[in-house]
Amino acid sequence: MKLVVVAGTPGSGKTSVLMHTIRSLKQAGMSPAVVKIDCLWTDDDKRFERLDIPVRIGLSRDMCPDHFAIYNTDEMLTWAREQDAGVLINETAGLCLRCAPYPDRCLAVCVIDVTTGPNTPLKVGPLLTTADVVVATKGDIVSQAEREVFRERVNEANPGCRIIEANGLSGQGASELAEVISETPDVGQELTLRHNAPLAICTLCTGEMRVAKEHHMGVLRHIDGFTEYRGE
Amino acid sequence: MQDIHELTIICGIDKSGAKEDVEKIRICPGEIIGIVGPTGSGKSTLICDIEQLSQGDTPTRRKILINGKAPGRDIRTDPRKKRIAQLSQNMHFLADMTVEDFLRMHAKSRNRNFDTVERVIEIANTLTGESIQPGQQLTILSGGQSRALMVADIAVISDSPIVLIDEIENAGIKKQEALKLLAAEGKIVLVVTHDPVLALMAKRRIVMRNGGVRQVITTTPGEMNVCNELVRLDNYMMSLRDTIRQGGLVEQAVVV
Repeated sequence: MKLVVVAGTPGSGKTSVLMHTIRSLKQAGMSPAVVKIDCLWTDDDKRFERLDIPVRIGLSRDMCPDHFAIYNTDEMLTWAREQDAGVLINETAGLCLRCAPYPDRCLAVCVIDVTTGPNTPLKVGPLLTTADVVVATKGDIVSQAEREVFRERVNEANPGCRIIEANGLSGQGASELAEVISETPDVGQELTLRHNAPLAICTLCTGEMRVAKEHHMGVLRHIDGFTEYRGE
Repeated sequence: MQDIHELTIICGIDKSGAKEDVEKIRICPGEIIGIVGPTGSGKSTLICDIEQLSQGDTPTRRKILINGKAPGRDIRTDPRKKRIAQLSQNMHFLADMTVEDFLRMHAKSRNRNFDTVERVIEIANTLTGESIQPGQQLTILSGGQSRALMVADIAVISDSPIVLIDEIENAGIKKQEALKLLAAEGKIVLVVTHDPVLALMAKRRIVMRNGGVRQVITTTPGEMNVCNELVRLDNYMMSLRDTIRQGGLVEQAVVV
């Protein structure tokens, strides 16, 4: 079975691109299953169910959604195997840009919205720089020159990646993404993350509500960049 | 990539899923082709199919061939190898950059010298009323200025053997001059237009309806005469427009 992890900011078009891609995968005779991770609420499962494929949602609630996705990867793989899936597509919630929940032996897909401007690829970090495929969406809203400048910036941030220009409305790019997925090797054992998740061991993680510095302990980073451990 | 001596559109299906009425359109260098039809009839979609060099993988199922063959993937996607320039209907830039930085970046993406940047701004300023400055933010340019900059960018940085133009008559720039800039000799040019002058300046025109190509009309000698008349009228309109824009009066009609 293959594993595809799809990450990207909210509203970038992850689900729309995936809907078209899943249709292409089915046409090619593959059997995809989807796990959609979100924070508090989603009805994306209803959208995916229309494609007549196994769908599961996971709500991370109090946990960081990307940490939640990483922590539950094994369970997702087991579930997908039970469904006899050939490809497990894990669509992440995609929020802080800093997390890149990509294991080493998967196809890592970053979906990014061209209209957010050509500086975005520089801001995004490991979400984009460690991806195998960067899907640039909403290119129809900007000029060709702007699309090409955006592409150049993606190339600068992640020189080895494959860039696919996609349109979630028309389905442009979906068959290309499906082709890349079908060429991906099967997921291995003992997965390792491509990039560490952000530090998240502090009193805020365990529910501290008070803002003042004196109430916080753990691994903390100051605005000037100084990182310290405060505690016992 | 070798020279382009033919662009072929293998037609697909319309919005209802029915086959298009024309099977294949062949276009040679030096030809200007108009694309006409009511709004929503699929003119821009046809242009997009060509820009993407679609291979039956878009909803229209059209295939675009270059020199009779399906182009390879890098030619379809890498702007350094792509030989197609497109002026879309978009009237504004969204990129949060200065004019100069943006053009430099675009020149880099197309493997061009940075000295082309000055030329782009210079040419853009011949098309627009108020001039564009290199240090200005792209996002504050007016619709007309943005459009003029896009046209000049295509003429210089994206200078390509295939040029696609979507409604150049919008945004109040000098449309005939802009077309002359873009449709240099020996290029394949496709122009989406609602403007009879531009439609009749084309050698042939593709008629669209319900998302599909309905017919291809060759401009007749009679139409060419009409076109010459229209160009004279149009120039008269433009001169009136300029006078009014400059704050002048136009109380007397000049017989043209």
